[in-house]
Amino acid sequence: MSAPEKLPDVDNGLLRFLTCGSVDDGKSTLIGRLLFDTKAILADTLTAIEKTSNKRGLTAVDLSLLTDGLQAEREQGITIDVAYRYFSTGTRKYIIADAPGHEQYTRNMVTAASTANVAIILIDARKGVLTQTRRHSYLAKLVGIPHVVVAVNKMDLVDYDQATYDRIVAEYKAFAEQIGLTDVRFIPLSALVGDMIVDRGESLNWYDGPTLIEILEAAPAAHTEKAESFRFPVQYVCRPQASDNPELHDYRGFMGRVESGEIKVGDSVTVLPNGLTTKVKDIQLYGESLPKAIHEQSVTLLLEDEIDISRGDMIVNSEELPAQTKQIDAVVCWLSETPLSPARTYWLRHTTREVKAKVAAIAHRVDINTLSKDAASTLAMNDIAQLSLKLAQPIFADNYTDSRATGAFILIDESTNNTVGAGMIIG
Amino acid sequence: MSTLTKQTLSHLDWLESEAIHIMREVAGQCSNPVLLFSGGKDSICMLRIAEKAFRPGKFPFPLMHIDTGHNYREVVEFRDKRAAELGERLIVRSVEDSMKRGTVVLKHENESRNKHQSVTLLEAIEEFGFDACIGGARRDEEKARAKERIMSFRDEFGQWDPKNQRPELWNLYNARSHKGENIRAFPISNWTEMDVWQYIEREQLELPSIYFAHTRPVVMRQGSIVPVNVPLMTGELTNLPKAGEQIIDLQVRFRTVGDISCTAPVESDADTVEKIVIETATTTITERGATRLDDQTSDASMEQRKKEGYF
Repeated sequence: MSAPEKLPDVDNGLLRFLTCGSVDDGKSTLIGRLLFDTKAILADTLTAIEKTSNKRGLTAVDLSLLTDGLQAEREQGITIDVAYRYFSTGTRKYIIADAPGHEQYTRNMVTAASTANVAIILIDARKGVLTQTRRHSYLAKLVGIPHVVVAVNKMDLVDYDQATYDRIVAEYKAFAEQIGLTDVRFIPLSALVGDMIVDRGESLNWYDGPTLIEILEAAPAAHTEKAESFRFPVQYVCRPQASDNPELHDYRGFMGRVESGEIKVGDSVTVLPNGLTTKVKDIQLYGESLPKAIHEQSVTLLLEDEIDISRGDMIVNSEELPAQTKQIDAVVCWLSETPLSPARTYWLRHTTREVKAKVAAIAHRVDINTLSKDAASTLAMNDIAQLSLKLAQPIFADNYTDSRATGAFILIDESTNNTVGAGMIIG
Repeated sequence: MSTLTKQTLSHLDWLESEAIHIMREVAGQCSNPVLLFSGGKDSICMLRIAEKAFRPGKFPFPLMHIDTGHNYREVVEFRDKRAAELGERLIVRSVEDSMKRGTVVLKHENESRNKHQSVTLLEAIEEFGFDACIGGARRDEEKARAKERIMSFRDEFGQWDPKNQRPELWNLYNARSHKGENIRAFPISNWTEMDVWQYIEREQLELPSIYFAHTRPVVMRQGSIVPVNVPLMTGELTNLPKAGEQIIDLQVRFRTVGDISCTAPVESDADTVEKIVIETATTTITERGATRLDDQTSDASMEQRKKEGYF
């Protein structure tokens, strides 16, 4: 192999996507194919899976073995948790969240979806749109994934028949409209053979759209193209009074990540909960002053006025304040084997703030197969419900559909410290 | 899908920003964290991230190295120099002290001490009452790590139970623990070997010299390049060749550095970071496959060690 002189300048950023599908629809093979065709798989890993394939009596290398993680699940032959995989095309870096398709694992899908900007939903061309396809699509919509790619896989097993593909596309479109999924793309492919993943192959010439990797390369890296309100939850306060440098004795830096919107030096901001307004004096990163900071950028803010600010407070755009509230309505996915108890108090973590919370009422539970709304007095693992929560202290909340980071929260069991619920604020 | 319009961070800026956020969460949520610093390339990146997260203040945690006593001299010297330059406190706890206490017993004198670091680490966690250890492990290093959380929970025995890990959603990390339990936090979970080298290049980070191509005596053992006659800090030589082995001088570099007994170099003439970035992009062998003699024992060896409290 001859080494290149220089690598391409990567800078189409980073894209996080999720793959979901039913059992046996070839999801692991698709991921294996993406990693293999983008050359993210190195020779020794390939040798290891070749050995395992031989041991299992397979003739060809089983690419799905690339994504088999833990001993326990290799023994069970099923993936039981979200796994993260990485590859790069040279111009963009990708993080795949691989969510298992198994029935009971709604919570894994919600976990994987929470950080993804694109969902690839796999459909077996022989089986068409299944209950699980609907469930995955509903969850993708619920967790606010902006872009969905419906990959009709195993086209090789239906003789690459265009009519079969068209029928599945039509059926899915009708369903997508029903649940309000707007940005949906369709692609026929064969992960096993490698058609339309990275290479086009020879068998799907009737399809003239982009390959899967072309769709991913062109997808927006930002979660939303809308202008969002500036939100800066304070993580940590830097006060180096004891420093040898006397210039730092009055330094008060508010450290955090821009969770939404952007901020420039001179902008007016309001500090919550105290409600005081001031201006941004400086934006710093490691001794350097920046004119502005954008969404997802970790920086340190210095303010014009001396205001008492600590972790859990939020610095926001003065013109567009979030709701300051001790009562929220939310859609919650229950993650724990221990059911939700309306009698108990939970910790609610929202941005960098942690408050005690109690369920005031469960409005309804959603049957994610039929989308019907049923009454419920408790929630079991994988249940999704709309509920009202009472909080001991206020949080500074936006609706999840307006701002993912300031509309999301988790619930923590006070006694075990386990994360037991994932919530999205709706009002 | 619409075209790219909104300004977003470059992939390295995004990864750095995420890592800073995670470190600040550990500092904000935990009362007594520690950052594990070995002098290796991943932990060197972690120090730069800590500088970006907390300067002009001091780090809200000390640095700690679990020294097997069989570390490359160049790495140990670099470790001490870097900690001094930063003006941060460095704690060193040694596997050899655990051996003296009798809590680590080697099967034989030449057994790799790498896995025994777990014992010394747990002893140090107890000694200082640390409730969080920040480490430079990455999910791309090994299959068993692909499902590792960014904040990984360990019980009182330091054990990692793959079936009892907290779901991790959005960027809401749950680092709560009871007394005696602890959290292992991995800020560069989402980085690959390539990202690490690109970051080192961009930030112009200094590295121990053995990461760059150099000539050293080696023998070929079961298909791996094994360095021999390696001087320890004490001046004593370790990794002596076995009878009948032929010593050759080879131009090599290390892709990972760890205990001398289990870290193998690769043949390379890459003597600058730029050349290493190119070599990393075109290599055909994984980082651990090439260089970690201890991981080849079995497909599941890493998972087993993690359950026992290994990082």
